[in-house]
Amino acid sequence: MSTSPHVAVLTGGMSLEREVSLRSGTRIATALTEGGLAVERIDVDRDLVARLGAGGYDLAVLALHGAAGEDGTVQSVLDLLGLPFSGSDALASALAWNKPIAQGVYAAAGVRVPDRIVLSQLAFRELGASAVVDRVAETLGLPLVVKPSTGGSSLGLSVVTTAAELPAAIVAALSYAEAALIERFVPGTEVAVTVLDGRALPAVEIVPKGDRYDFAARYTAGRTDFHVPARLDDAAAAACEAAALAAGAAAGARHLYRADLIVDADGAPWLLEIDTCPGMTETSLAPMAAEAAGVAFPDLCRTLVDLAVRDRAAA
Amino acid sequence: MRLDTDPYLSRYADRARDLAASEIRALFAVVNRPEIVSFAGGMPDTAAMDLGAVAELTAEVVRDHGHTALQYGGGQGREELREQLVEVMARGGAPATPDELLVTVGGQQGLELVAKCFVDPGDVVLAEGPTYVGGVGALSSHQADLRHVPMDAEGMRTDLLEEALAVLKREGRRAKYVYTIPNHQNPGGVSLSEERRVHLAELAEEHDLLLLEDGAYSLLDFEGHVGMSLRSLVPDRVVYVGTMSKTFAPGVRTGWIAAPTPVRERLVVLREAADLCPGNLTQLVVERWLTTQPWEAQVKEYRALYAEKARTMLDALEAEMPAEVAWTRPSGGMFVWLTVPRGIDTSALLAKAIVNRVAYVPGRGFFGDGQGGDALRLCFSYASVERIREGVGRLAELLQGELALLRDVFGADAPELAGRRDEPGITGGGQGGGGTSRDPGPGWGVA
Repeated sequence: MSTSPHVAVLTGGMSLEREVSLRSGTRIATALTEGGLAVERIDVDRDLVARLGAGGYDLAVLALHGAAGEDGTVQSVLDLLGLPFSGSDALASALAWNKPIAQGVYAAAGVRVPDRIVLSQLAFRELGASAVVDRVAETLGLPLVVKPSTGGSSLGLSVVTTAAELPAAIVAALSYAEAALIERFVPGTEVAVTVLDGRALPAVEIVPKGDRYDFAARYTAGRTDFHVPARLDDAAAAACEAAALAAGAAAGARHLYRADLIVDADGAPWLLEIDTCPGMTETSLAPMAAEAAGVAFPDLCRTLVDLAVRDRAAA
Repeated sequence: MRLDTDPYLSRYADRARDLAASEIRALFAVVNRPEIVSFAGGMPDTAAMDLGAVAELTAEVVRDHGHTALQYGGGQGREELREQLVEVMARGGAPATPDELLVTVGGQQGLELVAKCFVDPGDVVLAEGPTYVGGVGALSSHQADLRHVPMDAEGMRTDLLEEALAVLKREGRRAKYVYTIPNHQNPGGVSLSEERRVHLAELAEEHDLLLLEDGAYSLLDFEGHVGMSLRSLVPDRVVYVGTMSKTFAPGVRTGWIAAPTPVRERLVVLREAADLCPGNLTQLVVERWLTTQPWEAQVKEYRALYAEKARTMLDALEAEMPAEVAWTRPSGGMFVWLTVPRGIDTSALLAKAIVNRVAYVPGRGFFGDGQGGDALRLCFSYASVERIREGVGRLAELLQGELALLRDVFGADAPELAGRRDEPGITGGGQGGGGTSRDPGPGWGVA
């Protein structure tokens, strides 16, 4: 390959996180272009395979969030096309995308995850699960976090403090996915650990100014305070890093991923999820962590290109 | 190290500080994709326009009046255009003189200027509930205390307005104005009955009220019926906002305010501070459109087209919707307002709708106080007849599925599932269920 590969930045698509993806994609494409690479931004649609086939690209950088982009779908297609791409492979993507399954895998690898229950639409439709909803609060205790089993950006997430609020929260979560993941709410410090090519970057501490780190807090500049590195003691910081690396290894994640954790009052980290295609917007956590590690945003993007080339699927 | 993602935060004005990213806005990024049948944007069907004629008159404007068209103009707008707009108003039954008019950049600027002129933070403004999303935006950007008056099939419940006025009186406060869209209301799709127009005018006299009459859909009655304008009843108590967006095209961004002279004079000064003057180029295009083209025939064409589309949508709703769902039956305008059982949160459901390739505007955006989670707006003017059938089918299927899910989650007899057809108002106005109360705001073609 020449020193200046022809890069397709995949962005947008029909995902519910389209807007965030477009922001990530534009930012990556701009950085790579300014770095001297030949870059095209592709808004993913039915013409994707034809465009990639005809475009003469050397690799794809994925700035896709949400279904089809993050769940292994596009990764499988890229494998078939023989086009190297940044980020985790199809299997790791699909695994991490399904939060309940992924949490089971992380737990099996010795990573602490919150107690949880999964209720799918099917469970309600075919198994009469409404009769056991009351038991959810009894089993896990209150408050509870209810979220869609797949997807990101805190879409469809709610925190319930009474059992009575649970059914409505489940219905809202089921607007975004086939199943609702109900977790015990772990009070503590919210932390994100970004892993770049097997190296944990400084943890970012998230302190939303409002109640919680919801969509508005994530994507409105100034709505959340971030501390880099997180204000953790050395032991807790090391435990977070270890959890992020262990969970990432268990899922088979590669290149760049982000682990979201809560550090409880005893300094123990609880892993919530791994995002295999983390946001790259101005308010996103992975670029912040990279910056703190001395990797400026353009260099981070360039690293993604180099990693895609290094780990090309054909190898 | 603390990272500051917005170092300007301490400098913002109160009206800007709380603005935030919104899930609904983010979802609207997908809505305009062609795969989706969108009933979201309140867009006229400009496919019905004679583009050749518009091209020709635009070329004429530049060729024959180029130096005027490309130059600054007066803050009140061109007198020749105001004379024409007075004629347009007259067709809608609203009297005015050219001097009372101020040309604005769409009706939206009119609503914003009126809010700027009258509303201090915390001032009460009364409006129909639901009301135009851009009206809510204009008022909230001036930190109004927006209070809603419910509607039924005959428009705003003026008896409830009277009650609201009495409450205000007891609080020792008064409403700065009452915002109303009397004809084919956006988003309700209903019109204020003649009796209630008279009652509203009486209340205005009795309570020393100012009315903001939004005439956006006055010429879009399917039968060509012209409603009695409030301005014809109590002219000194009415500020009227009009727009060419629905009768010509939104792309020319031309609207107007007709106001009593002292108000109009202040509005001109406020507008000059905002944007100096309306664009001469578009003013001249609209002026030419109104003087050289059969614009009333175009309006008639829009009316016939929308009548057919509304019929298609109403027939499809009738055929496909579950029995628990209620909707309004417009006789003009562009919108149907749909009310669903309270257990459904239409903001959260939008995600599922998009996955099912159909889109609407969730009801919360049409209220300033978080109501509307159990309602949604459908626009029938833009999608083709075939797409309307397809889209209503998808929406009905989605709601059927959601109701089945609610039955499974809440139990078949739960109050969350109660049907809405027997309720008197056009919406129950419940607070809704989920945690996604975000205002889509204007923009994204939601007008």
